[in-house]
Amino acid sequence: MSLWEYANPKKFMQTSQAVLPAIWGLTALSMVVGLVWGFFLTPEAENFGSTVKIIYLHVPAAMMAINAWVMMLVASLIWLVRRHHVSALAARAAAPVGLTMTVIALVTGAIWGEPMWGTYWAWDPRLTSFLILFLFYLGYIALWEAIENPDAAADLTSVLCIVGSVFALLSRYAVNFWNQGLHQGATLSMDKQENIANVFWFPLLVCMGAFILLFVALVLERTRTEIRARRIKALIARERMA
Amino acid sequence: MIALLIRDLALAIRAGGGFGLGLAFFLIVVVLVPFGVGPESAILSRIAPGILWVGALLACLLSLDRIFALDFEDGSLDLLATAPIPLEGVVAMKAAAHWVTTGLPLTLAAPGLGLLLSLDPAAYGWLVLSLALGTPALSMIGTFGAALTVGLKRGGLLLSLLVLPLYVPTLIFGAEAVVRGAAGQANATPLLMLAGITLATLALLPFAAAAAIRINLR
Amino acid sequence: MDLTVQDLACARGGLPVLEGVGFTLHPGRALMLRGPNGIGKTTLLRTLAGLQPALSGTISAPPEAMAYAAHADGLKATLSVEENLRFWARIFGQTGIGQALDEFNLADLAHRPAQNLSAGQKRRLGLARLLVTGRPIWVLDEPTVSLDAASVALFGQAVARHLRAGGAALIATHIHLGFEAAELDLTPFRARPRAMDRFDEAFA
Repeated sequence: MSLWEYANPKKFMQTSQAVLPAIWGLTALSMVVGLVWGFFLTPEAENFGSTVKIIYLHVPAAMMAINAWVMMLVASLIWLVRRHHVSALAARAAAPVGLTMTVIALVTGAIWGEPMWGTYWAWDPRLTSFLILFLFYLGYIALWEAIENPDAAADLTSVLCIVGSVFALLSRYAVNFWNQGLHQGATLSMDKQENIANVFWFPLLVCMGAFILLFVALVLERTRTEIRARRIKALIARERMA
Repeated sequence: MIALLIRDLALAIRAGGGFGLGLAFFLIVVVLVPFGVGPESAILSRIAPGILWVGALLACLLSLDRIFALDFEDGSLDLLATAPIPLEGVVAMKAAAHWVTTGLPLTLAAPGLGLLLSLDPAAYGWLVLSLALGTPALSMIGTFGAALTVGLKRGGLLLSLLVLPLYVPTLIFGAEAVVRGAAGQANATPLLMLAGITLATLALLPFAAAAAIRINLR
Repeated sequence: MDLTVQDLACARGGLPVLEGVGFTLHPGRALMLRGPNGIGKTTLLRTLAGLQPALSGTISAPPEAMAYAAHADGLKATLSVEENLRFWARIFGQTGIGQALDEFNLADLAHRPAQNLSAGQKRRLGLARLLVTGRPIWVLDEPTVSLDAASVALFGQAVARHLRAGGAALIATHIHLGFEAAELDLTPFRARPRAMDRFDEAFA
């Protein structure tokens, strides 16, 4: 059986209904375990103090802010190439989630930045990049809202998502060039995990897993809502024609 | 396709507003800044490259929604889409006409406005060069945004929201080229990036914009 | 060139409005599209002109054979009659506009800006544009909107002349234009309410 069968709305509704409770359960479990472990069961870091614990929200949210856009890009490409409606609706459903993740990353970053750098905001490349990403999300969502014909909206937002992705990458490079910043490097990527002690690293991994699950659950839930909304539209139109 | 460029330029000259409005807006932005930040020439000189670039960018933005809206309303866009010339060519010509009526005059006027902001004498050449390299990209990116929003009611605000984030790299490299050039630092990288962005947008965005217009007309 | 349309279905705003449309249009003939408002005349004409894709069915002539005109004439108010016409001639790769000016009695107005034309004169200019496209099949959407009786007569004569020259015309209108033409009522082709797309089956 092909993966594309899940792009059929009926198959998608059935499958997502079956797996969603499990995903929500796992999300809740890993979120509680990760956050409790991170907040209460790790020692205070030497030069960070207890403020370091915001990392358990900040890093996973930042990661998902970027991954949500990547997921929207993939879904947009699938829509443009294969015309699967579910794919377009999933991209639409992911955007507000990604926007929220970006806001969480920015806000927790600001809260953390105040004790660490003595300022809530600095025009640091990473912070600036996330601010630009925030604007991209806003534009994408606004375009979806502005266009009435759902297929045209899906087409146009897909084109915007692809062009926007290229410009987002370019902005990242430009911003780096413009200002080398305060932000510590990517201490948390997989290949650099020696930069962070295991005692902090393991709960962080759990939190990242929890955020991925949360994202998947929210997107599935929202996509189901979008499909229902389309169904209602179809029914109303049919009523009018009859 | 040249006929389209000539017609758009003729329209811009006759209807007024094409050349004049963007320039006047640019002038006003530059005049307002000293009222906001104070008249000290040291401060003005320091922020002048950025102000001139942001002003040029905003002036460019001002006329974007007219690129396709007028042709959409009077039916010309339908007719152009059914004409034998490719829609990609139509888009490229529209961007070219927009550049000639806004980007080019802004580039030429920028040194004069630089005087008002006590721009560093070493920066004038770099300012003109960076604007000449970067404003075509502003026009092309804006044309893409206009193509996305053609036919939408109240599309103007949405257009700004879509286009401004896309302007970020051009603005950064453009202003940086002037700042570094004025300070005597090497500025080949930002200038090359600026030229690269312009060439890449000119090569690729007509296709995206034409696709968006086809979707919007259907 | 014959225009044969078979089993054509087209959609407006993502919803099917017409299905099973079929007709043949021979050179020298005109076909009047009839039907109540909202039946999908404009949608059908835009589909034929290649401005939107058909849901299904075949159209024998390519969009390049058709000259499309809606009630907006694509005229620029500040350009003169001659400039407007010359622009469209160049876009469509034609050279001479003298014949078009003569046939539509516009030669005297050639240097007047389009904004100073009356509604009837504008419509004549819009029709002259069809002539400089050099395309055989005219696809006209409500061409007589805002025209008085005299202008309608002029318009009718212009179309008749095009037909005598071997062209064809597909016209959505409610008015009799003063020449022999077949009629096609679109009412029977109204798309039946049914499962619209695959969103119905999501709950089957």
